[in-house]
Amino acid sequence: MLYRENGQFKTTYRQDQQMLPILQDRIFMALLLLFVFGAGPFIFSDYLFLSILIPFLILALAAIGLNLLVGYCGQISLGHGAFMSVGAYAAYNLALRMPQLNFLVVLILAGLIAALVGLLFGIPSLRIRGLYLAVATLAAQFFMDWTFARVKWFTNYAPSGSVSTATIDIFGWTVDTPVRKYLFLLAVVTVFALVAKNLVRGHMGRAWMAMRDMDVAAEVIGIRPVYAKLTAFGVSSFYVGVAGALWGFVYLGSWEPLAFDINLSLNLLFMIIIGGMGSILGSFFGAFFIVALPILLNQAPEWLGIHMSTAMVSNLEAMIFGSLIIFFLIVEPQGLARLWAIGKEKLRLWPFPH
Amino acid sequence: MKRNRNLIILCVGLLAGLIAPLATGASDPGFYIEVLLGGLMAGVLYSLVALGFVLIFKASGVFNFAQGAMVLFAALSVARMAEVMPLWLATLLAVGIMVVFAFIVERLVLRPLVNQDPVVLLMATLGVTYFLNGFGQTVWGSDIYEINLGIAKEPVMILQSVFQGGILINKDDVAAAIAAVVLVALLALFFQKTKTGRALRAVADDHLAAQSIGIPLNRIWVIVWSVAGVVALVAGVIWGAKLGVQFSVSQVALKALPVVILGGFTSIPGAILGGLIIGVGEKMAEVFLAPIAVKAFDLAGGGIENWFAYVLALLFLLVLPEGLFGEKHIDRV
Amino acid sequence: MGAGANGGKSIGGVVLGLEGISLAFGGVRALQNVSFDVREHEIRAIIGPNGAGKSSMLNVINGVYHPQEGTVTFNGVKRRDVNTHEAAAQGIARTFQNIALFKGMSVLDNIMTGRNLRMKSGLLAQAIRIGPAEREELQHREAVEQIIDFLEIQAYRRTPVGRLPYGLQKRVDLARALAMEPKLLLLDEPMAGMNVEEKQDMCRFILDVNDQFGTTIVLIEHDMGVVMDISDRVIVLDYGKKIGDGTPDEVRGNQAVIDAYLGVSH
Repeated sequence: MLYRENGQFKTTYRQDQQMLPILQDRIFMALLLLFVFGAGPFIFSDYLFLSILIPFLILALAAIGLNLLVGYCGQISLGHGAFMSVGAYAAYNLALRMPQLNFLVVLILAGLIAALVGLLFGIPSLRIRGLYLAVATLAAQFFMDWTFARVKWFTNYAPSGSVSTATIDIFGWTVDTPVRKYLFLLAVVTVFALVAKNLVRGHMGRAWMAMRDMDVAAEVIGIRPVYAKLTAFGVSSFYVGVAGALWGFVYLGSWEPLAFDINLSLNLLFMIIIGGMGSILGSFFGAFFIVALPILLNQAPEWLGIHMSTAMVSNLEAMIFGSLIIFFLIVEPQGLARLWAIGKEKLRLWPFPH
Repeated sequence: MKRNRNLIILCVGLLAGLIAPLATGASDPGFYIEVLLGGLMAGVLYSLVALGFVLIFKASGVFNFAQGAMVLFAALSVARMAEVMPLWLATLLAVGIMVVFAFIVERLVLRPLVNQDPVVLLMATLGVTYFLNGFGQTVWGSDIYEINLGIAKEPVMILQSVFQGGILINKDDVAAAIAAVVLVALLALFFQKTKTGRALRAVADDHLAAQSIGIPLNRIWVIVWSVAGVVALVAGVIWGAKLGVQFSVSQVALKALPVVILGGFTSIPGAILGGLIIGVGEKMAEVFLAPIAVKAFDLAGGGIENWFAYVLALLFLLVLPEGLFGEKHIDRV
Repeated sequence: MGAGANGGKSIGGVVLGLEGISLAFGGVRALQNVSFDVREHEIRAIIGPNGAGKSSMLNVINGVYHPQEGTVTFNGVKRRDVNTHEAAAQGIARTFQNIALFKGMSVLDNIMTGRNLRMKSGLLAQAIRIGPAEREELQHREAVEQIIDFLEIQAYRRTPVGRLPYGLQKRVDLARALAMEPKLLLLDEPMAGMNVEEKQDMCRFILDVNDQFGTTIVLIEHDMGVVMDISDRVIVLDYGKKIGDGTPDEVRGNQAVIDAYLGVSH
């Protein structure tokens, strides 16, 4: 009964074009933001921050990035883990070689460098599509893996090839405790999610979606494939690069050469399949799912009093992920975001469904 | 035509790369031929995995990312069952398992996703990959297992009179190559001479037309996935006998992706030739090119072979998008 | 509405001229040495049996296909080859035989894509949205709303196009093309598969577009009644060759055209 849009008349196109046209949605979003920013830091435990919320927020950002490319522009990528690594190593080297730079600047620069590399590997998308592009993006994955493992300069000649980062300092505010990391990430991700939402609502987003849905028709109405595809690759890699830098600096702290391998790329892809392709909200759902499921799988047997080996748990995890991917592709290709939308639709009619 | 010109340029380039180590005197002929044979050997395996890809792609339009997982699963099945029964029986049972697997995939994945976008199907096979890897290791275990084919592993020295120091070759490599050739010949016979083979080719040409003349699409898919399963089994057994059956076997599929780009998604000769080119190419690059690169750029080791195949494939994509033997499509609006 | 339908409307000079166009796919010769022109403000129909090369002709005009020989002159600019988006930028819009709408987008967003060429705000402005990007968005939304009103599809703004019935999808396809405010509008079988009522509506829209916006229209249509009623001049293709060109009455009396349609043993 509470969730109704009756009586909310739009009198201007501006009102009609709002991000959340329904009043209740706006209230819900405001309360949610108030809760996660205001109450969250006081009531969540460190365990919750470190093993769920921090990875979730960073991966959500990466998933948004991948979703812009795959879900919105329809260009498949199996190599986005590589662009995360570009962001991470770019940030590492920037922070190392120019310590005077503010971390926010480092973050943006790392994103821009990742965007450049993304553009470079996006160029084949102008000539090839679909499956061929999948292989081309895999080339990015393996080439970047190799580059950061073998070219010593990138790891500052560390003998083991692993790197570690300094504590983040933003205008004297150090991001060191779990709560601070959480708040910092929350702020970054909120801003980036809003920007992504703005982009997909604008003419650039429409150009991407047009490219995705029917590329010949898109060109016929004057959308340049070069522009649409390369901006998608660029913006997407920027997001993923920033996420990579955060993954390295905030979540991992130090990492080995193969921390950003193909499994990460595939996991990102799973997030958007499960969460919902072409949905910013879905990127959050998917990231949460992928972060939370392994933890649940690790805990659940204990609660039930069953002992399971780690190998068993990881095999089980693979089986569940695999099945879920197939399930979602068949049953609900638009993922959890679509289920959410259906739920809202039902709520709107409740309690009089007809 | 432009395509022919590009094809010639690529072939000349590949040949130049092939003979460069000899021509520049970077290697003595004996060692060179050993490297070449090693590359060909790896190439045979890539070809086999790529063959599985091509069969499935031709008949069901699915880019089967799970081919590598199938190789691992089949090899695991053989290795573990051979511990309690004769190898031939284990292999036979494993063939049965792959057929059952084909049934399940057809029923649970292909049928519900019929006529979907190729990229969606690709992602579905990613799901299959994860499931099969998890399932295989749950059932069969996740250690390293051996497959003993009863072929001696000591290398044999041949052609000592021709080259200084002779050439080392492995007997099991030779056996593997022969097995691969026999398999390919059998497949060719199957496709050309049997009724099912003809139906398969009809389906590959045009799904709808084939269906309209009464070819049961679903059965064809089961057959093709079964055949691909058997091909995976052969690849898995050869690979497993050589290096042990372990998780990394499934990664060989990642090497086979560039192979199908080189050869063209629908061409069996393309898969074979592409596999050999990639096998030889990456071995040559690793042995002769990597040391130069390490020295020039101060790298922490070579490892060029990790991406060489992909860069080669990327090059092909840019100048010869249909691959060596692929078909060109015209967009209609 | 009599033949020609040009009561009171003034047809101007040549806006589109095609000369000696030949197009082949491998060995298949889709178009052979076809020449014709289109005058400003007229409705020009292309007719012919299936496989005559009608759609190929449209594809040449807006750059989807590139002819091996011949030139296309549009607005005084002579060219052999043009990219599709360049053609769009020059003011050529187009609808499709098999509807080519953006299935994942709403009706409104589909039509808004027609404005993309005119929207200039940059990446950063769009990222912030508040300010110039939003103003631009609203300004184009208003233009789009006029087209929505014009084509009477107000009720479906937010509906994903995939859920619309066929006839309405055709209308959205037209709306998207109109949103480009084209000088030249190419319509590929705009009435195929429609019932009589839908056809009447579509005819009315085409005539209104031609009349109110002064848009020059080239259309392919199989319904001879419609063609003869609404077009000013007709060109007839058969096996990639032009076999007739003139007003509907002239074409109707042309022996070659009658042969092609009725099938005379050659």
